[in-house]
Amino acid sequence: MYTFSSKLKQFSFALMIIGFLGVAYGFFSTPNSVEDVKVMLANSHETHGESATQEKEAHATETTESQENVAHSDDAHAEHAYHYLKNKPWSALYVALFFFFMISLATLAFYAIQHAAQAGWSIVLFRVMEAITAYLPVGGVLLFVFFVLSSLHLNHLFIWMDPEVVAHDELIQNKTGYLNVPFFLARAAIYIGGWIWYRQHARKLTLAQDNATSGDISNYTKLFKRSAAFLVFFLVTESMMSWDWIMSLDPHWFSTLFGWYVFASMIVSAVTTIALVSIYLKGKGYLEFVNNSHLHDLAKFMFGFSIFWTYLWFSQFMLIWYANIPEEVTYFVSRFGDYKLPFLGMLVLNFLFPLLVLMNSDFKRVNWFIVCTGIIILIGHYIDIFVMIMPATVGDQWYFGISEISSVLLILGLFIYFVFSALTKAPLLAKGNPFIKESEHFHY
Amino acid sequence: MSNRVIQAMYNDDDILMDAVKEVRAANHHIAEVYTPFPVHGLDKAMGLKGTRIAITAFLYGCVGFSFAVWMMNYMMIEQWPQDIGGKPSFSFFLNMPAFVPIMFELSVFFAAHLMVITFYMRSRLWPFKEAENPDPRTTDDMFVMEVYVDGNEDELVSFLENTGTVEIKVTEKHN
Repeated sequence: MYTFSSKLKQFSFALMIIGFLGVAYGFFSTPNSVEDVKVMLANSHETHGESATQEKEAHATETTESQENVAHSDDAHAEHAYHYLKNKPWSALYVALFFFFMISLATLAFYAIQHAAQAGWSIVLFRVMEAITAYLPVGGVLLFVFFVLSSLHLNHLFIWMDPEVVAHDELIQNKTGYLNVPFFLARAAIYIGGWIWYRQHARKLTLAQDNATSGDISNYTKLFKRSAAFLVFFLVTESMMSWDWIMSLDPHWFSTLFGWYVFASMIVSAVTTIALVSIYLKGKGYLEFVNNSHLHDLAKFMFGFSIFWTYLWFSQFMLIWYANIPEEVTYFVSRFGDYKLPFLGMLVLNFLFPLLVLMNSDFKRVNWFIVCTGIIILIGHYIDIFVMIMPATVGDQWYFGISEISSVLLILGLFIYFVFSALTKAPLLAKGNPFIKESEHFHY
Repeated sequence: MSNRVIQAMYNDDDILMDAVKEVRAANHHIAEVYTPFPVHGLDKAMGLKGTRIAITAFLYGCVGFSFAVWMMNYMMIEQWPQDIGGKPSFSFFLNMPAFVPIMFELSVFFAAHLMVITFYMRSRLWPFKEAENPDPRTTDDMFVMEVYVDGNEDELVSFLENTGTVEIKVTEKHN
């Protein structure tokens, strides 16, 4: 049995407290009115001689030109910036909430795949995966609360929730059959409820299988069938979830492979998290039955899914870039314009780095290699979610500040607390599984 | 070392593995082992070094990638930068997404084909090559281990007989 070390517990509480204070600060430090924004913009023009807007290149030449810009940045611009700045702490929280939720959710999908595929190697890691999915109910409820708050107009992330906007926007009006608040919340409730149901059910069945008399695998076969059914449910709901929760932030834009793209980001982060938690627990001496062949397999999945993510990222980017249809290409124009560094930087973190580091078979067995690449991959995929969400909600007003960092710390603290509490609740070896012997002796 | 070898024949891969380990432990030099199918772990038991063909494949892939970059840059950007459907042919990076499919395919093409050719050359395989198996049964259901004779021949034969062999033959090694 695992005991939650008091040090780690204190660490998670410290993260939560620091994160909470930072998030609260982020909310209090948003401008209170459009007038504040005007003063702020004027100040930043004078002090830096440079505007924060898109015309950066146009007036990079001389300060005299930027003087014109000050006059140019009229009320409409200040109004725009005001909404963006108001959205900023909300978006930062949303990115962090979604990021950790997707890790948990994709771990659940990976777990279901292992059951449905009757994989022989991964049984010794099942309890780690179950623990990571213990964050799923918490994260799901938090996300749902977030959506309810959004629909109560406490923030302006989903512009299609604003009747004012919809009234003047024919494109969104045509989509109101799908994009309306009651249906949106109902769908979210169905997805989150379905995922949590499978998670709790699977957990109950594996624990029951542990205590079953030898030779009785009825719980195991039940879990096999439920997992296969869950995967069907998951594929449909995951795709719709990505339209609802992320693509609808840009309600004028659409992409058909978006669901898969989000899934690729999810699954690679999830496998990485499984590897990191396993290495941590093994380092503490709790997983002596996990050998470096198991880690090798996880690292291969990290490598393979990183490439898969890149493939989908590039397929989406290249098809839109090549055809250059105005209504689609704006999505990438805004990302290339205002988010060049994170947008291109994540390719280095998510593709180039794993490609070169994890290609060697020997490196994939070295713990610190997996840990270093894993951390890089997680940072890269956080940036991926950041670049999916932020351009729609804060536009050119983004920067990586207290709100963003403390949102991550807050949710990371919660994540660590719930994951490691769940680890203490069951033995770390799912000994009732019929494939457990094969998994213990797994060797590659 | 003489060219005389003892060919010990086995009819089971598990027995063969044990025999290989015993022969190695007794410090006899194994010339070759012939099997009808890959025996998992045999290379480790024989103490063979790991293959480096994956490293060559990586290098060949780099060659293919560089070739693709050079070719596309030369043809589409330097030699005749036409405006084709409004694609920006001013620099390689402006038009790079369109070249990526070719860069990818050529990397794979070079890596795969040159690696296979390397494999053929290193393992000396080509059409019309004379087959080298010591006994035709080794391609069907028999396993043969060839051990060099050093020192006492009779002693080695009786040693090998105790490893579960079904047939033993002392001959000259030709290649």
